[in-house]
Amino acid sequence: MQTVRINQSGLRTDERLERLKLFGLSSPALLMILVILVLPVGWLFYVSFIGANGEFSLENYERMISRKSYARIFWTTFQVSFLTTGLCILIGYPLAYFLSQLPPRLANLGLITVLLPFWTSLLVRTYAWLVLLQKQGLVNDWAISLGLWDEPIKMVHNMTGTLIGMVHIMLPFLILPVYGAMRSIDLDLMKAASNLGANPRRAFWNVFFPLTMPGLMAGALMVFILCLGFFVTPAVLGGGKVIMVSMQIVSNIELFVNWGAASALGVVLLVLTVAILWIASRFLNLEQMTGGGGH
Amino acid sequence: MTNRTKDALPISVTNVTKTYGSVHALDDVSLEVKSGEFLTLLGPSGSGKTTLLMVLAGFTRPDCGSLKFGDDEVIRKPPHLRDLGMTFQSYALFPHMTVTGNVGYPLRLRGVSKTEIATRVEEALETVQLGGFGNRRIDQLSGGQRQRVAVARAIVFEPRILLMDEPLSALDKKLRDQMQIELRHLHEKLGMTTVYVTHDQREALTMSDRIAVVNHGRIMQLATPRDLYERPANRFVADFIGDSTFLNVTRQGNEVSFNGTKLRFTDALPDTDNITMMIRPERIMLSENGPRDGANNFAATATEVVYQGDSYLLHANLADGTQIAMRGAVTGKSVSSLPSIGDQVTLSIAPEDTVLIDGSEV
Repeated sequence: MQTVRINQSGLRTDERLERLKLFGLSSPALLMILVILVLPVGWLFYVSFIGANGEFSLENYERMISRKSYARIFWTTFQVSFLTTGLCILIGYPLAYFLSQLPPRLANLGLITVLLPFWTSLLVRTYAWLVLLQKQGLVNDWAISLGLWDEPIKMVHNMTGTLIGMVHIMLPFLILPVYGAMRSIDLDLMKAASNLGANPRRAFWNVFFPLTMPGLMAGALMVFILCLGFFVTPAVLGGGKVIMVSMQIVSNIELFVNWGAASALGVVLLVLTVAILWIASRFLNLEQMTGGGGH
Repeated sequence: MTNRTKDALPISVTNVTKTYGSVHALDDVSLEVKSGEFLTLLGPSGSGKTTLLMVLAGFTRPDCGSLKFGDDEVIRKPPHLRDLGMTFQSYALFPHMTVTGNVGYPLRLRGVSKTEIATRVEEALETVQLGGFGNRRIDQLSGGQRQRVAVARAIVFEPRILLMDEPLSALDKKLRDQMQIELRHLHEKLGMTTVYVTHDQREALTMSDRIAVVNHGRIMQLATPRDLYERPANRFVADFIGDSTFLNVTRQGNEVSFNGTKLRFTDALPDTDNITMMIRPERIMLSENGPRDGANNFAATATEVVYQGDSYLLHANLADGTQIAMRGAVTGKSVSSLPSIGDQVTLSIAPEDTVLIDGSEV
């Protein structure tokens, strides 16, 4: 039997027009991404392959492999990032747990106090730590007057100061996703575990903790990746003793005016970051596939 | 599985009170659940039925009272030491574990060996007709299957008491009806003392040995389904269970009359002057040939007639203005002679269906 296909061409035109409109609306954003992201990063890649004589060369990358100082810089970068992430987990997880157990109104208040420093300028916070932690700073003065220690302890211009500053700045990035994961856990699950015979500690490790893993992984990943490219805090609080990749990029440009070397470092940092994200995203997806993180 | 089942335990709740601020969630509740009994706590939301279940499970700490499982006082025992099976309204299955992981969890906690866990989990899954589902993830299961997993997890460690908090409320009607029968059979097979919470009166009537109707934190009546429906203790229970119409009747000594006409009844009157007559729609007869001998007859005016396939519903106004509803069976004869709106009809109620109850709103 012949079916009558009424309005077929008109309906098709409507669909095409709709798609065109959608594309038109998103084109400014696409253009912006092209101009401020794709082109500069492409340029970065290009410059990194230009040698001192202005011709194509791999010397910028060869230098990174041959010179020991570069290996040390990468090692420091990863060390600082790992330690910061680890400390953020140690401090942030219990804090997020505490907040998640509060009644919603108090928890919101707590979250605001977590976010408050987040809204303060990074530079201001970093210099504030410098003031607090220096030899004649508040912390040393108080500790000595309270008799906690006798001599001023060196807490800035070294790894300690860098870590204190960075952990402080990174904490909200860890706390927020972990708190979110904790809040979304169905409280009946904890009751069920307890009813089935789990004491509070086992209920936590068998049920609560695994369900917060996606949030914890997301937070830790965020902190780690932000740390990899950090500049201000290690520069100010590290006092030249903690040299991370970003700082080497700056000195390559400011001191040696070597754009090629700086670009190559940038490229390596970018590739490493993307690689970590890629590996982690596979791991995180796996986590979600097993039902972690709940609903 | 039956051969391993330990003896069921009786539960004894004595003078349990729980207040939240000035609200009595539980108001001096006492209740005995017999060993192996299927007892349902039935009540509207906020009546205290769930609070009572949470006290039994140990998740809610009452202000005072005693709770015994068998001879053991357990009121101060933490939940993880009470050794109760329980299912939750939300099922509360662990989303990061497989079906086997969930069902095996209570055994793992009890230090059962891996091989025995595997056998007993499979047994429990077979009991709830989910054999072979062990490797599924929870999010791959339908609502009914999740419900069965929750039941399997609650019975796998052979608790002597099983608590169920509105386990079927998230299922569609057809599945719910089927699960009601299945849970009932499971109870017969395993024989554990079961306390079941629901707000669905039909579910309670279908499944329970006895029902405790709960309202305002108190037990309004504790009785078998039949007694509860046929002889409610007060107006709340009569109103909550089944459909009913209430007639204002007057008592004079041992006589009761409606609108000046004496009523015939068979049961003893409750010990109060405030008496109400409860009428179930399906116990009313439509008398086409005028008043029936030996019955209580009411003249009424039909206000609405609704044909519902298997039955018809007739709304009518009595002489005193009371709206009354009756339900009649649809037969070839009755369907052709259904009254029309405005018709004068005679409604008859047999003396044994004339239920006179305490009319106070408790």
